[in-house]
Amino acid sequence: MPAPSSVDPPALRVVGLQKHFPVRGLRSKKVVHAVDDVDLELHAGSVVALVGESGSGKSTVARLLARLMPATGGTIELHGRDVTGGGRRAFRRYVGRVQMIFQDPFGSLNPVHTVRYILTRSLRIHRGRLRGEALEEALAELLERVHLAPVERYVDKYPHELSGGQRQRVAIARALAADPEVLLADEPISMLDVSIRLGILNLLRDLRDRMGIAILYITHDIASARYFADRTMVMYAGRVVEVGDSESVTQDPRHPYTQLLVGSAPDPDDMSTRARGAHGEAPSLVSPPPGCRFNTRCPFATDLCREEVPELLDVGDGRAAACWGYSDRSDRPRLGSVLEAYGSRTSSPGEGAAS
Amino acid sequence: MSTSAIPRTAPREGGARTGAPVLEIRNLSVDYGYGSDPTHVLRQASLTLHRGEVLGLAGESGCGKSTLAYGATRLLPPPGLVTGGQVWFTDRDGTRSDILALDDAALRASRWRDMAIVFQGAMNSLNPVFRIGRQIADGILAHSPGMSRADATERAAAMLEMVGISPDRRRDFPHQLSGGMRQRVMIAMALSLDPQVLIMDEPTTALDVVMQRQIVEQIAELRERLGFAVIFITHDVSLLIEIADRIAIMYAGEVVEEAAAQDVYRRPRHPYTDALLHSFPPLRGPRRELGGIPGSPPDLARLPTGCPFRARCAFAFDACAHVVPELAETGVPGDAPFRRVACLRHDTRSVVEAGFDPQPLPEELARR
Repeated sequence: MPAPSSVDPPALRVVGLQKHFPVRGLRSKKVVHAVDDVDLELHAGSVVALVGESGSGKSTVARLLARLMPATGGTIELHGRDVTGGGRRAFRRYVGRVQMIFQDPFGSLNPVHTVRYILTRSLRIHRGRLRGEALEEALAELLERVHLAPVERYVDKYPHELSGGQRQRVAIARALAADPEVLLADEPISMLDVSIRLGILNLLRDLRDRMGIAILYITHDIASARYFADRTMVMYAGRVVEVGDSESVTQDPRHPYTQLLVGSAPDPDDMSTRARGAHGEAPSLVSPPPGCRFNTRCPFATDLCREEVPELLDVGDGRAAACWGYSDRSDRPRLGSVLEAYGSRTSSPGEGAAS
Repeated sequence: MSTSAIPRTAPREGGARTGAPVLEIRNLSVDYGYGSDPTHVLRQASLTLHRGEVLGLAGESGCGKSTLAYGATRLLPPPGLVTGGQVWFTDRDGTRSDILALDDAALRASRWRDMAIVFQGAMNSLNPVFRIGRQIADGILAHSPGMSRADATERAAAMLEMVGISPDRRRDFPHQLSGGMRQRVMIAMALSLDPQVLIMDEPTTALDVVMQRQIVEQIAELRERLGFAVIFITHDVSLLIEIADRIAIMYAGEVVEEAAAQDVYRRPRHPYTDALLHSFPPLRGPRRELGGIPGSPPDLARLPTGCPFRARCAFAFDACAHVVPELAETGVPGDAPFRRVACLRHDTRSVVEAGFDPQPLPEELARR
């Protein structure tokens, strides 16, 4: 495991998290290997970004951490105490401390209820017998905390009367009503208009700083991970391939997949460093390739990569990459720049003149 | 434009204007809803697409960019209604026709042959119960009277090969293909009749960045070979700057700025463009604090008077509440002659005519 970003014990710690979904069908024993061997630590007052393409298992990790579904394997520890198992009461206590924000603020708020009802319900569930004045006060404080002021303007509105950004703020306020220690934000900005996305990210950052909440930020946009997160984890096909502080992961990616990801993102300032000629797609998770799951697309893959699964290997500065190229084995692959490796094949083969 | 990532059709001489216009949209207006109180979602939008160029259309959701594309192709579903304007299409032999005035038969003949569309969420626009090769062949047959099915099937296989899908997958059903491959099938279908204009409505939004890069490269390569012009609609301005020759920025149903791609990025003239560029955290370079744009886009049913952006604009002044800015030349001397911007800071004449004091152009909107 790479060195944690702070010395405090983690608020939430996950070891060897695993989730396999059974494939439908009579007598089908096949499973989808959605998440395998994910280790994760969330510290108070710090943001960890989980980056990956669709289908890489990042949302499944969030749902497992929110305990919306049972994990196939691995342990989840809240302040050092294992929380897997336990009855309904233990679950209630857990969700009071670990709250989730969903991607779609249009779907996650009940359209027939007002903001007041949505928030007071969450307050009542998580904070017990708040009544009258105290309830109103807590409600006003929540709305102010997510910058929905003046309170009177929003409190009696229905979700359809609010814009996307305001709705997402209400969803965040609802999560804050539980006074959580950990916030799991599953693509909180991807459904919002581009001009208001940063407002939501800045709000979450403000909550991190003022309330010391630990945030897991799940996104497919690695540039926003760099902007918002302290540490970044990159997932590919259900496994973590690279971990490190956000700045170094985005500026100096070590794992070939991270290099491909960073090199594929549009960047108007530097168009020369584009990953050109990349090919292939993520493997099937029903029968993932043996060894490193990126080996089918990796330009440097050797027999070792096709046979043995690489662990997260320390690559210095508290960073780690799951790539055999950083091991000290004699048969390790020789890594180069993914951009150059792909860039060399400018014309793709197999072109039939069709016009 | 030497920094451009993607090989261009031909070296661009003197900026982004090459080729004759192939599609001219003039003062297109679209209303949603009938009766006495329709919503004016597109107001007097004008755009020109030249032969062989990529025109980017950017803006937030609900700003009318898809409506513009569907209005211009007469594909707007009810309650959308084109209330005014012309869409001139110039054929290869130079004949001009107004798409909005074509009769049904002529329109049907023109569609897919002259202009093809790759729809938003294209991965879900394939019919799940037909094999992909047959779906492409059906499209070809519908527009080529007299062609045999065998020829159409052969053509479909060739099209699949062109977009990088092995022809022996033509007997696959859509669910057997990944999202990126389905998107390629849609592109193959759109290109199967060799159209002159390809309209792509958010073609890569549902894909991850690696696949997006592959598709974008594919489009650039095909355009180089086949020479069609592209209208590329997306909210991702940074992607557009990379792939488009020219960019039109839309806000609340109007085109607010139109310029060469690099000019939009390095020398934005409209406050909204400038703010939009500061809404994307950069992947490289210094990390800086970004604020996005305060407020949210206006409700098109209750548009404010004057400039629709003024409530969120850092440079708004008293005239903005009373005068509707028109798309006109910029107020910066030395700008490319075809640059257009709709902002009163640039348009001193209209401000004076309305009886207000013109305000100087802030430095942010006059960068060189």
